[in-house]
Amino acid sequence: MNEEYDVIVLGTGLTECILSGIMSVKGKKVLHMDRNPYYGAESASITPLEDLYKRFNLPGNPPESMGKGRDWNVDLVPKFLMANGQLVRMLLITQVTRYLDFKVIEGSYVYKGGKIFKVPSTETEALSSSLMGIFEKRRFRNFLIFVANFDENDPKTLEGIDPHKTSMRSIFQKFKLGQDVIDFTGHSLALYRTDDYLDLPCNEAINRIKLYSESLARYGKSPYLYPLYGLGELPQGFARLSAIYGGTYMLNKPIEEIIVENGKVVGVKSEGEIARCKQLICDPSYFKDRTKKIGQVIRVICVLSHPIQNTGDINSCQIIIPQNQVSRKHDIYVCMISFAHNVAAQGKYIAIASTTVETDNPEKEIKPALDLLEPIDQKFVSISDLLVPTDSGTDSQIFLSRSYDATTHFETTCDDIKNIYQRMTGTEFDFTEMERKQQDIFGDAAE
Amino acid sequence: MALRELKVCLLGDTGVGKSSIVWRFVEDSFDPNINPTIGASFMTKTVQHQNELHKFLIWDTAGQERFRALAPMYYRGSAAAIIVYDITKEDSFQTLKNWVKELRQHGPPNIVVAIAGNKCDISDAREVPEKDAKDYADSIHAIFVETSAKNAININEVFIEISKRIPVADAVAETPGRGFKLGRQASESRRMCC
Repeated sequence: MNEEYDVIVLGTGLTECILSGIMSVKGKKVLHMDRNPYYGAESASITPLEDLYKRFNLPGNPPESMGKGRDWNVDLVPKFLMANGQLVRMLLITQVTRYLDFKVIEGSYVYKGGKIFKVPSTETEALSSSLMGIFEKRRFRNFLIFVANFDENDPKTLEGIDPHKTSMRSIFQKFKLGQDVIDFTGHSLALYRTDDYLDLPCNEAINRIKLYSESLARYGKSPYLYPLYGLGELPQGFARLSAIYGGTYMLNKPIEEIIVENGKVVGVKSEGEIARCKQLICDPSYFKDRTKKIGQVIRVICVLSHPIQNTGDINSCQIIIPQNQVSRKHDIYVCMISFAHNVAAQGKYIAIASTTVETDNPEKEIKPALDLLEPIDQKFVSISDLLVPTDSGTDSQIFLSRSYDATTHFETTCDDIKNIYQRMTGTEFDFTEMERKQQDIFGDAAE
Repeated sequence: MALRELKVCLLGDTGVGKSSIVWRFVEDSFDPNINPTIGASFMTKTVQHQNELHKFLIWDTAGQERFRALAPMYYRGSAAAIIVYDITKEDSFQTLKNWVKELRQHGPPNIVVAIAGNKCDISDAREVPEKDAKDYADSIHAIFVETSAKNAININEVFIEISKRIPVADAVAETPGRGFKLGRQASESRRMCC
């Protein structure tokens, strides 16, 4: 520990582990520590179930009906991977995907008028969906063809619009889409949590819809993937990558002080020892003074003994409750997974409802989601601050990540990683930076 | 011939020769100055056992054992674990028992355990009597061999013994949630999807 490192990383959340992996692969000498005895920090999957009960201060042990505690791996932050998204790209380039097994989430649903409807995943489904009338369907189809062909660098595909000026609202008008279809497109396909996007340039919204449809095209059913044994496997996989490239790992290390001299980080003190470094990466919990709160997220982990009603008894799904359906500003999400993903005991389901807090009674805000899940065997409620760094860190060389937000996938997490990379190195992130620099696969698997 | 993939994880203190054992098994070579484990992420070797092919997917610690920071992922789905100590270092035999405990806590319930007393080529400097280790291994129903990665003694034998103890294929309950590996081609992944 009494050594000099290029980079010290505090916290083994996904953001930190990916950055640690990138830095080690680039040849930096990395020390990675966590105050907890487990990997994953806020993006951990908690196991055994007893530890989840302790974490949420529930009295006593889980009842016998919950099965073996070790069969549970419960995510603290509910998210899925977009099959064609940035995280999947990082997993493939780093070959961390070798350590993981995935399943496709079986379906995506949207809440409308008190009921849930399947988000159509094929053209046939779209044409038979009761979400839209027949004329609407034709116009929607034209819109989807426009989106599929859209390439901001190819004017021929733009049909006269300016991707950086024309608002998304005007695009919807151009295709004469009604309010219901607009809601559905913006919230279930572009995955916006508010309606603010309507008056912004359409470029981003269109690219989000493209990401959704390209992800959907990869495996069918839904655009989402989920790793067996829980999301906590992701940080562990990238930590292994970092270790293979020389990164040193220490868990259960209380961090006593981040030492700053003349405004610049010089090291970290733990258990009386000092490790020196040139740069520091940490999650907001390690340096609260350098963060500010931009909001709160409520997350309710619900253990169920039944699949969610009206989903055709599938063992995993996402439900989006668009904000205007429940008179809110932000959408509510439900992510459900189950024993089929090795995250719960046989016959059990885990549904996590989450949304951005708008009032001082967040539990009431999230009730429409919980009503869809009843009966609930056990609830675990958390309200977390969304923290972001107060400065870029280029002076202090202390680079803080952002808290995991309420989005339903890891795209904003990847944006944060790319952003930190740029702040640390002064160059724009390039996925090829993550490519393994040496041959490290041996035997008959090495092709 | 049926091909079975068997994950094997290595455990034991830093410097006992875990990587050297794998290196000898997979590449049949030995490097006395092998780096403290970096660089080898994935080593495989296929051997025939009766009418099956066993493809060993061998996971090395990547140095994460040094400060006891092995992730649960490391143990997950392992068919077997090889716990290594150095016969010339009593300490490394004492801590072996902690590794067994750790494996019981994090590893799959029916994992095949093999104990390898490495560096048996330098038995002049022996600190751990073979009988003590054998008795301990018997007490936990583990395979026991003394090995030398340097002189290629008993290395293949460890894996042969593991193959013998792996339950026959159809007797193994299929794990409930079999997933698939992500590939660059969606079609390829779909084919592997259950």
